Amino acid sequence: MKLVDIIMQYKDQPGGLIEALHAIQKEYSYLPEDAILETARVFNKPASEVYGVARFYSMFSTTPRGKNVIRICESAPCHIAGAVEVIAALERELGIKIGESTQDGVFALEFTECVGQCQATPVITVNGKPYFDVNPTTITDILAEYK
Amino acid sequence: MADEMRILLRNYGKIDPLKIDDYLAQGGYKALEKAKAMSPADLIEEVKKANLRGRGGAGFNCGLKWSFAYQAQADQKYVVCNADEGEPGTYKDRLIMENDPQAVLEGMAICGYAIGASKGYIYCRGEYPQVVEILNEAIEQANAKGILPGFDVEVRMGAGAYVCGEETALIESLEGNRGEPRFKPPYPPNEGLWGKPTIVNNVETFANIPVIVERGADWFASVGAAAYPGTKIVTLTGDVNNTTFFEVPTDTTLREVIYHFGGGIPAGKKFKAVQVGGTSGAFIPEANLDTPIAFDSMSQIGAVLGSGAVFVLDESRDLVDVATQISKFFEHESCGKCAPCREGTMRLKDMMTKINQGQGTAKDTALIEKLGRVMSYSSLCGLGQAAPSPILSTLKHFSADYDAKMM
Ligand SMILES: Cc1cc2nc3c(=O)[nH]c(=O)nc-3n(C[C@H](O)[C@H](O)[C@H](O)COP(=O)(O)O)c2cc1C
Ligand code: FES
Repeated sequence: MKLVDIIMQYKDQPGGLIEALHAIQKEYSYLPEDAILETARVFNKPASEVYGVARFYSMFSTTPRGKNVIRICESAPCHIAGAVEVIAALERELGIKIGESTQDGVFALEFTECVGQCQATPVITVNGKPYFDVNPTTITDILAEYK
Repeated sequence: MADEMRILLRNYGKIDPLKIDDYLAQGGYKALEKAKAMSPADLIEEVKKANLRGRGGAGFNCGLKWSFAYQAQADQKYVVCNADEGEPGTYKDRLIMENDPQAVLEGMAICGYAIGASKGYIYCRGEYPQVVEILNEAIEQANAKGILPGFDVEVRMGAGAYVCGEETALIESLEGNRGEPRFKPPYPPNEGLWGKPTIVNNVETFANIPVIVERGADWFASVGAAAYPGTKIVTLTGDVNNTTFFEVPTDTTLREVIYHFGGGIPAGKKFKAVQVGGTSGAFIPEANLDTPIAFDSMSQIGAVLGSGAVFVLDESRDLVDVATQISKFFEHESCGKCAPCREGTMRLKDMMTKINQGQGTAKDTALIEKLGRVMSYSSLCGLGQAAPSPILSTLKHFSADYDAKMM
């Protein structure tokens, strides 16, 4: 779908701006600058306002990032269950630091706070799908699903 | 010893959540019918009498809140279900929505009838895309059967901001804005979504409504603690054998939750601390374990019931490290609208990090106590007001952990 068509779907929805940003991000994995400008035009809002909304929410990214977004929960229950080791293992395995994406554009690595799956800590999500009781040895298999 | 009591999770595992016929076969939507046979005023009186208090953390009498929106005069009113569930360690609302989505819709529809609203929104956190799908399917099925005449429900998805669980920030977000809390008053029942009278209730609150209507206020008021009746879903995390969820009457004690339902501490270790209500809650020492998990009894020991999350730590845990991690959470989640919270959460994190690295002094802890006190009364919303609580409570009850790390 063309960018403008994606945005147009939400134009008449009251408060539909955030839904529009979700839809754009689903397509591009982040919110490109021209998408923000186009959204501002369609919604008849200043670009600064749309940018302000995009920057407010942690799930929106205004910089390009890898296609598959890995998020590691660093809230207290996951923290004490060994999230730190999982972070180290993921950074090692992917050769990047938290906040970065792999050269080939396949993965992005980010922190998140609790994703509400605390029955099986530590938890990571890939594109929103949760993985439970993660440890340094299980991440290899998880990553393989997306390669 | 107490047993589980499943009111909210009455259909858990018994029905296919994606089949409305299953819900109907269990007597679903009978309560809506019964509610509509009553006058809105009588219905609200019944909910008020049940003494159902909000399960989103603030513990406000649900029927009383509804009465404000009922009395407000407007051409349009709204019912909003708060499914933002961002409090770390909490997943009770997800359990309800995944396993019994129609119960939430029924509760919202009853509220809509009571206050005179024809439109409802469910604000579901962005971390639950699978729940959004379930809810949309449930709404479609209910509409296909014509079960919600005159009441239209839409699901909106958040995008990762803890503060959007605060009701006025949530409303801002629903309007498509940055999720920054509003100054109160006006309160949402008078001026909420798009300036119209709006009821914001938690998922668990709404899920209680059909049961109350069906079985009556007197019955509900007799369950659990008198001042905070009903059941509570608790989600157990940390150092317990059963890191799972339970639904228990509100007069169940913390000790029962941890040792009976939670199966105690693993590996023969000793209990050290428990944090109730999620990451914004206070840490509680062993001496207070006989406190019931009801709103007021938790307040009496300087803690909160909050979301009902129960995070247990054994003797091997370093509370300075845990509190430091939590201080990062608040620094990250502060929306920045008010200075006490924006600056305060940053300073708390800086000082906690310093102490955690073994570079702190008694001057730092004294400053933390003062800053924490100021933040608790001067911050605009509950985020900044509660942010110091995990730190202040660990300083109070577990000062040995701090002493061990001082320079
Ligand atoms: C920082 C902050 C986060 C909150 N998060 C939630 C939440 O995730 N879910 C919720 O129902 N209430 C949350 N609340 C409480 C809401 O502001 C509000 O009191 C609640 O939704 C009212 O519903 P209830 O009366 O049914 O509890 C939060 C409050 C604050 C200050
Ligand atoms: S604390 Fe990590 S998923 Fe909830």
